[in-house]
Amino acid sequence: MRLGDFVTDYRAGEAVLRTPVQRVWFAAFLAFLVALPFVGGQYITFLGCLVGIHIIATAGLNITTGFTGLISIGHAVLLGVGAYTVAWMANNGVPFWLAIPSGALLAGAVGIVIGIPSLRIKGLYLAVATLAAQFVLSYIFREWESVTGGVRGLSVPPAQIGGFAFDSDFRVYFLIMPIAVVAVWASRNLFRTRVGRAFVAIRDRDLSAEVIGIDIVRYKLMSFALGALYAGLAGGLWAYFFRSITPESFPLQLGIFYLAAIIVGGLGSTLGSILGAIFMTLVPEVLRAMVNLAAIVSPAAVVYVSPLREIVFGALIVGFLIFEPHGLAEIWRRIRRFFALWPFRS
Amino acid sequence: MTFLDFYEYSLIGLLLGGLYALIGLGFVLVYKATRVLNFAMGEFMMMGAYFYFSATVLMGLPWWAGVGIALGASAVLALGVERLVLRPLVGQPTISIVMATIGLASILHGTAVMVWGADQWRIEPIVPRAPFFLGDAMLPGQLVWGFGLASMIILGFVLFFRYARGGVAMRATATDPHTAMSLGIDAPRNTAITWVLAALISTIAGIMVGAMTNVSPELGLVGLAVIVVVILGGLDSIPGTIIAGLIIGWIESMSVAVFGSGVREIVPFAVILIIMMVRPFGLFGTPEIERL
Repeated sequence: MRLGDFVTDYRAGEAVLRTPVQRVWFAAFLAFLVALPFVGGQYITFLGCLVGIHIIATAGLNITTGFTGLISIGHAVLLGVGAYTVAWMANNGVPFWLAIPSGALLAGAVGIVIGIPSLRIKGLYLAVATLAAQFVLSYIFREWESVTGGVRGLSVPPAQIGGFAFDSDFRVYFLIMPIAVVAVWASRNLFRTRVGRAFVAIRDRDLSAEVIGIDIVRYKLMSFALGALYAGLAGGLWAYFFRSITPESFPLQLGIFYLAAIIVGGLGSTLGSILGAIFMTLVPEVLRAMVNLAAIVSPAAVVYVSPLREIVFGALIVGFLIFEPHGLAEIWRRIRRFFALWPFRS
Repeated sequence: MTFLDFYEYSLIGLLLGGLYALIGLGFVLVYKATRVLNFAMGEFMMMGAYFYFSATVLMGLPWWAGVGIALGASAVLALGVERLVLRPLVGQPTISIVMATIGLASILHGTAVMVWGADQWRIEPIVPRAPFFLGDAMLPGQLVWGFGLASMIILGFVLFFRYARGGVAMRATATDPHTAMSLGIDAPRNTAITWVLAALISTIAGIMVGAMTNVSPELGLVGLAVIVVVILGGLDSIPGTIIAGLIIGWIESMSVAVFGSGVREIVPFAVILIIMMVRPFGLFGTPEIERL
């Protein structure tokens, strides 16, 4: 039984991992991430890659929506910007270590362009601007054939360094997962800095934030641009993972998927981004397995996969908002408290 | 483009704008009462159209029974949504409620695909199809009738809010729920009624749009385009929404005339990105812009 975590200086109070136990668990978790593709099969590795990409995008949306309180509905299309940039560059012989950051930066720049008009004013204007951007950019993906390949989309050569090609799920996992870990680590640390704290201040009470000297428009723009940058990063990895992208890869429903992920995981929580992304990646898989089971009885059940997924995503958003507004991260915290305090009750 | 083309496309655009204004009215009602931009409005339209489709095509009832059933079913749906989703969220930040309406849109869209399938269905238009002629311009009959009906409904609502006791009570609730309650107005009930009225408006609009195009799960996308109209109109202004509806309808029709029908779906969205730079509070909205 642990009696308490006693902190004696400011540095320790600020630390991300505060106790030796946490550090050990974290090291074990990193070892697990390295071992996963070796012990898990093909399917687990595939899911691992997908989760990694979703975690980056979810962490980005959580910066914008969860920490700063700005709703973005068109997050998916920003992934698209990153993915198309990477696909185009890869097809023109640019190496991946240059293409991926370029995709992320371009998505961030697009985010600034969308954000400038809509973030000058208070209210839901960013939500509407991102909705508009979703349709306008999807249209550009479809019509700008010389760059985006039109409705057929683009195929992407595998990422390569020296003679080594990331051409299988197993290999590309070791491209995606380290980037995901660094991205999440960076987003966690962001909220120990002035910038991150300013985001939270704006979310909690914008008027007070302005009074204590935070340039609100600048920080809101920065928050949205950072979220877009994360989306672009995830999109670039998406391109190297699926190796083929079409305008249909980044629909409005994907943006709603990420909104569901941050709500289910926990708004304004880095752990929430991780838990939410894992949960939301697994939901469609479980649904598909259930429908496949049902299809043994009646083969017609297969057509219900995609509407069922939409219903479940929507119900998760509504249900978590009503019953568990702090999401899985809060449930996780309660479980941890239970064990930390056992045999006493909190 | 000849002058006749310009004239004809302009008129068609304005007629379309009347429909947009009607759908926009649904958004404005809910926004005024609850300060929530209801992203599920398009899905309410779609559900209304499907209710009508079920009653008239699947069950073979006459059109007036179909309209009655569709309105009744939508009212029940709106009451259920208000009670199960929105009332538990009273007092939560607006951002949560808005996200709940996004979730709701996803649920309704999935339900429609599940129940009625992803196919497109035709419903028989209620109004005569015969075109109207205004000078040399030929105008689709349904659009003219739809415009007339939309104008009547909007006019009815404006009068209701200005003069009827219930309408004044709803305005009071929207302005300040606490004062309204202290004066004996049942604010939660008024909010519920607002949702029902918005659902009824969307149902009528849904049946009209469904008869002009087709009934499909994608019918709700029109609702997203109308968000642009209400932003331009200023979110809380009914006259603003009417004028904004006409403007967006006209721009859309003109763009189709100039660039071809491929741009139709993105025109309103391209317009809004520009509008937000110039007049973010819309044409007639309360210019209480907090630059925060």
